[in-house]
Amino acid sequence: MARRLKFNIFRYNPQDPDSSPHTDTFFLEETESMSLFIALNQIREEQDSSLQFDFCCRAGICGACAIMINGKPGLACHTLTDELPEEITLMPLPIFKLIGDLSVDTGTWFRAMYEKVESWVHTDETFDPNTDEGRMDNALAEEIYELERCIECGCCVAACGTANMREDFVGAVAMNRIARFMMDPRDERTDKEYFEIIGTDEGIFGCMGLLGCEDVCPKHLPLQDQLGILRRKMGWSAVKQLFRFKS
Amino acid sequence: METIFTDVLCIGAGLAGERVAIEAASAGFDAICLSIVPARRSHSSAAQGGMQAALGHCAMGDGDCPDVHFVDTVKGSDWGADQEVVRLFVDRAPEAVREMAFWGIPWNRVVPGKSTYFKGGKEFEKVEASEKEGFITARDFGGTAKWRTCYTSDGTGHTLLYTMDNKVVQLGVTVHDRVEAIALIHDGEICTGAVARCLKTGDLRVYLAKATVIATGGYGRIYRETTNAVINDGGGAIIALDTGVVPLGNPEAQQFHPTGIVPTNILVTEGCRGDGGTLLDVNEERFMHEYEPEKAELASRDVVSRWMTHHIRQGLGVKSPYGDYLWLDIRHLGEHHIKTKLREVEEICNNFLGIDPITQLIPVRPAQHYTMAGVRTNKDGAAYGLTGLFSAGEAACWDMHGLNRLGGNSLAETVVAGKIVGEKIVEFLQGYEVQYNTGVIRSAVTKQEERIKRLISGENGDENVYDIRNHMQDELMERVGIFRNGTDLQKAVDNLQEIYARAQKVGLRSNGAGANPELGLALKIQGMVKLALCTAYGALQRTESRGCHAREDYEARNDRDWWNRTLATWKEGDDLPTLNYEPATETVELPPGERGYGVCKIITCDGEVIGEDKS
Ligand SMILES: Cc1cc2nc3c(=O)[nH]c(=O)nc-3n(C[C@H](O)[C@H](O)[C@H](O)COP(=O)(O)OP(=O)(O)OC[C@H]3O[C@@H](n4cnc5c(N)ncnc54)[C@H](O)[C@@H]3O)c2cc1C
Ligand code: SF4
Ligand code: SF4
Ligand code: FES
Repeated sequence: MARRLKFNIFRYNPQDPDSSPHTDTFFLEETESMSLFIALNQIREEQDSSLQFDFCCRAGICGACAIMINGKPGLACHTLTDELPEEITLMPLPIFKLIGDLSVDTGTWFRAMYEKVESWVHTDETFDPNTDEGRMDNALAEEIYELERCIECGCCVAACGTANMREDFVGAVAMNRIARFMMDPRDERTDKEYFEIIGTDEGIFGCMGLLGCEDVCPKHLPLQDQLGILRRKMGWSAVKQLFRFKS
Repeated sequence: METIFTDVLCIGAGLAGERVAIEAASAGFDAICLSIVPARRSHSSAAQGGMQAALGHCAMGDGDCPDVHFVDTVKGSDWGADQEVVRLFVDRAPEAVREMAFWGIPWNRVVPGKSTYFKGGKEFEKVEASEKEGFITARDFGGTAKWRTCYTSDGTGHTLLYTMDNKVVQLGVTVHDRVEAIALIHDGEICTGAVARCLKTGDLRVYLAKATVIATGGYGRIYRETTNAVINDGGGAIIALDTGVVPLGNPEAQQFHPTGIVPTNILVTEGCRGDGGTLLDVNEERFMHEYEPEKAELASRDVVSRWMTHHIRQGLGVKSPYGDYLWLDIRHLGEHHIKTKLREVEEICNNFLGIDPITQLIPVRPAQHYTMAGVRTNKDGAAYGLTGLFSAGEAACWDMHGLNRLGGNSLAETVVAGKIVGEKIVEFLQGYEVQYNTGVIRSAVTKQEERIKRLISGENGDENVYDIRNHMQDELMERVGIFRNGTDLQKAVDNLQEIYARAQKVGLRSNGAGANPELGLALKIQGMVKLALCTAYGALQRTESRGCHAREDYEARNDRDWWNRTLATWKEGDDLPTLNYEPATETVELPPGERGYGVCKIITCDGEVIGEDKS
């Protein structure tokens, strides 16, 4: 028999003077292969059209729909209700600024992150449209792509103990981004320059290594490995800086 | 009212909008991009398979060049494209791919030596040249003579958009995300910006710009079954149509992709078939080679989608509560290939279907996918009808796709057109000054404020906006889909006119406060139904079959009477668009002929009937 699902959903619209933070309860008959995308839209269309939440690709590709699902961050669009108990509690991601109900402002947070880690290829060369592209080993291209698959959903940030304690912590997503550029021969930054960005307590030395991040990453990025590599590299850079070795 | 000034306002921060902004910023102009979602969540990020450019590095792309790409694209368009634009595009696509490589895309590269590949379920061998080692490689896509589609695994759109946005950040271009343009500011001759709604606060805001660019992507969400993101609901096309003077080109041209998964319509890339995947019917037998002996699964999308629908109609689909479907088989490509080259496909199958594509078949059927229709521009990207208005990317009808675009050509279009249109805007801005007319601005703002007030108060009526949207989507799905005929199309137009009348009587159920989602849709619903009407009415009038527009009652492509482009404008107060026509192309490098796949009955320019209907 179809289950009757109970949704407890965090509600608050900061733009509405009459609204205060509270939880609303909704009931839905579960249908076959029901995802939280289907469920939330059904609630909005049939029960409460003011309910705010974010979806875009609804295919687990764009990272728009991360929310706290029974206490754990995850992508709502690819969470099927049959993986969940009858009672489902949905909250917005912590750390990011609340827009309303389940919707948070990830855009501002991530833009600040790109600016901080200077998330682009640094090179003194200029592009010449008339020559062949520089060569790259395919295996290396695939390794870079592996780290580039991050969809900036924010799950790893929401799950991170350090990020929840200190606002300026860059999070696993930023460190993964740095690791991606360090691996890329087109980026001419030196280890020392990378060190200046993340060789701090806001960066790799603030990470407690408990790996809340990797557990929740919907793209299964190898965050643990990358954090380990960075810690070792940056540890070396720290030693070098201490003894004023040239890097 | 918050008012923001800039030189260039890009409405849209997908690949096309950002590429235009980069060009403008690099030339020293201020540029702002608006986006409904954070830039990197734009739908460009969902493109999987790859982008076409005739680099000719890989063995199966040997001998490729822009000329071959040109022929493929014009044939793909079923001669609906503007050939001068196609030429511009193919010549500059290689440079665009290389530039993106320079900015950081981890393109897959040529690996020298022997390797195997699949075609039609059979294994073949190829040898990659050692002198090409490390250059950008390519995969096969439908409707192309060479392997030309450059890719990063099956996350090409993702890497392109992330790299593009990195460049945007590096150049300091401002992106205002969660801001939705809801009207253009214009006096009937010159466009000077847009009125926008902030989707964080619900407040209205004015953007004043010398050049305004519509780069809002496609609008598949007017259909019920589409691969498009939920935000692809036509905002850009609507505000252009609302001006009354800017036309949409070929509104009837909507592409269906053969492989949306059932039931969610999430796309699995054409790369599956490009890499050798096959389509199977209820008996787990291949069928495409029966209909298309030469191209089989890799005929162009319009053709494959039609044969699939035809095959299902013959009773050879797999039955399900969600309707009949067919199978996509990629099992023979093997675990390594799937885990490195088709990773998103694997995840989508695992997460949304609970199946493992390495050992199991994937349920698929055609779903709406690409909007060839769009804001009609000239070859510089300048919109017809208003000075200072431009368009690029899927939102535009530039028009290199005609009545059917080839897979891999639209990612390429976004970056190539973004660059070209950006250059043209930079030229346009040299010495261009504009007067901002406060009366025009005020009336544009007041009009939107009034609309919002009336929707909240319910003065117009109490029609449910979701209900109206659902009816509109059903209407297009049932009667303006893959196969079309006069009777159904007329019915669709009649029904959509009724729906349009109801759309004017929408009232909100909620209080509309802040970034209220119901209000967001209510502000768009009339425009969406207008787009639906343009689609249906344009299709009704076009009494021929060309590209994705397949009329059961007019099966031939009719070059004598219909080698043209529909231009739809909407006069205020009307409940139908006004249609005009212009020649499909002024320049003819490749005269109309047979495509070499698909039904090939043609009425030539001289009125001669050639070819036979194969079905
Ligand atoms: C699932 C899928 C897979 C695809 N795969 C391929 C492929 O492999 N190869 C290929 O060549 N093509 C592919 N395509 C097509 C291609 O991805 C798109 O055509 C292309 O990315 C469109 O880019 P764009 O910049 O024009 O628009 P988009 O990337 O859609 O961006 C539109 C932008 O406009 C903004 N916007 C929209 N309306 C408003 C408004 N009213 N106000 C403010 N901002 C607004 C959005 O927020 C967004 O930033 C695929 C498409 C889909 C749906
Ligand atoms: S391992 Fe580091 S980044 Fe990951 S959750 Fe723990 S503290 Fe945060
Ligand atoms: S690393 Fe994983 S969890 Fe973190 S933002 Fe990227 S995709 Fe999301
Ligand atoms: S909506 Fe894009 S990842 Fe969920």
